[in-house]
Amino acid sequence: MARAAVLRRLTWAIAEVVHLVDETPRVRSLTLDVPDWPGHLPGHHIDVRLTAEDGYQAGRQYSIATPTDGTRVTITVERLDDGEVSPYLTDVLEVGDSVELRGPIGGYFVWEPSRGGPLQLVAGGSGIAPLMAMLRARLQARSDVPVRMLLSWRSGEDVIYADELNAVARDATGIEITHTFTRSAPDGWTGRTGRLDREALAELAWTPSERPLAYVCGPTGLVEAVASALVDLGHDPGRVLAERFGPTGG
Amino acid sequence: MTDAIHVDGNALGGLLIEVFGREMTDARGCCASCGTVNPLGAMRVYRSAGDVIRCPTCGNVTIVAVVIRERTRVHLGGVRWIEPVA
Amino acid sequence: MSFISRGFQRRQAPAAPSDRVPPGQYVTRDFPVLSAGPTPRIGLDDWRLELVGEVDQPLSWSWQEFTALPAEEITVDVHCVTKWSKLDTAWTGVPVDALLDGVETSAGFAVAHSYGGYTTNLPLDDLTGGKAWVAYRYDGEPLEPEHGGPARLLVPHLYFWKSAKWLRALELRADDAPGFWEGYGYHNYGDPWREQRYSGD
Repeated sequence: MARAAVLRRLTWAIAEVVHLVDETPRVRSLTLDVPDWPGHLPGHHIDVRLTAEDGYQAGRQYSIATPTDGTRVTITVERLDDGEVSPYLTDVLEVGDSVELRGPIGGYFVWEPSRGGPLQLVAGGSGIAPLMAMLRARLQARSDVPVRMLLSWRSGEDVIYADELNAVARDATGIEITHTFTRSAPDGWTGRTGRLDREALAELAWTPSERPLAYVCGPTGLVEAVASALVDLGHDPGRVLAERFGPTGG
Repeated sequence: MTDAIHVDGNALGGLLIEVFGREMTDARGCCASCGTVNPLGAMRVYRSAGDVIRCPTCGNVTIVAVVIRERTRVHLGGVRWIEPVA
Repeated sequence: MSFISRGFQRRQAPAAPSDRVPPGQYVTRDFPVLSAGPTPRIGLDDWRLELVGEVDQPLSWSWQEFTALPAEEITVDVHCVTKWSKLDTAWTGVPVDALLDGVETSAGFAVAHSYGGYTTNLPLDDLTGGKAWVAYRYDGEPLEPEHGGPARLLVPHLYFWKSAKWLRALELRADDAPGFWEGYGYHNYGDPWREQRYSGD
């Protein structure tokens, strides 16, 4: 998409909530209709700003979970217990409500099929959101870029987009998805448990000689560990891109 | 580990737009301390009384953003130059 | 009038002004961790606390020497310029008065230097007379690195950015020199009771 189009949308816009999906007990996806949205690339995020009646404002960033789709933008929000913004988005907003946002932002962490691969996607928890935009874009474009996706969850009930991921793993060619559970696995799970450490990455990720483009997203601790392990294993640091959700995100 | 309390320069994306008028996270910045060039989005942002951006290579401060009385000021003393993507 | 988000309220309302909560602050139960840089990791064997600058004799304490100094257990309220206040925080620390005991100086000012490069400045008066400590225990436990351990400056009557974490040295000076946040537009003194957050307040 034209860079000029990306630059145009620099001011706050008021978007309407058009669709809500409760992905897990703590996670909701919100589809927003944004007037004059110029389109975006997978990996871009938006700034969301809430304003209370007394003028108090709070803002957070949320990754766009869907490829560009006219004026529609979908974000996937995890409710943080002590959060200020996330509980509002997951529990208070209803279809028909409006929310103020700005974007698309974050040209550093974007991928589109023309950038090639192989693609290495690694996420912890709700960090999957921007990688889901990448995966969905790859499928939509019927690209043949091979993808390996590694997803770390705390427990079975934390898995976001479970049905869609299962369908992709089953039906799509050239896409491998591996889940691991760090606290408690689902009943009957025979797959992987434990963190995505250096050993796990050595086993599951593309090798450095395959020169993958790696996108790592999630809590700071996980992202740090995975990004440095990948570089340690021999991956080109310039091809390992990271997006960390810090503790101030709530 | 619990002390990694930084986020990425991406988290500053919106603020950089306000100051520069355009998307800047894929702009390249040259650290004034060590001379390494990195995308602003790869720099480490520590959030406290302001946002302190540090070079991912040497750790020195490149950029500091403070919001004082609702005005944003971005201090660029730690970068030698910034080059947006064409 | 800008757009209002239906049903949104701030999580923490400012507390009613009282003799314990300065203007514009809200009271928090947790202990936010805010830093201008990565948490330094200093082994106790390598740790030193130095007193330098306008003193007749620079002083240096090892961890053993420092923790052998007379310490006090104190409970104080702390106030961060980012608007959170935490009441009744319990610390163990060496009064700065004890560090300066017997030290001859004509200095009127001080700069606190942290491992990792952070600095903050204060009048020497605000470090003495029972107003400041170098704290090494919080809530009965050794002070955690993310909260400034092994030892941090504790100056509860000023905004908490003056309570430099990972304290490495106190530099006494004849003239004032702005520290890290002071140089970026924060108030040179920082009295929460006069809401001195920014330069010019």
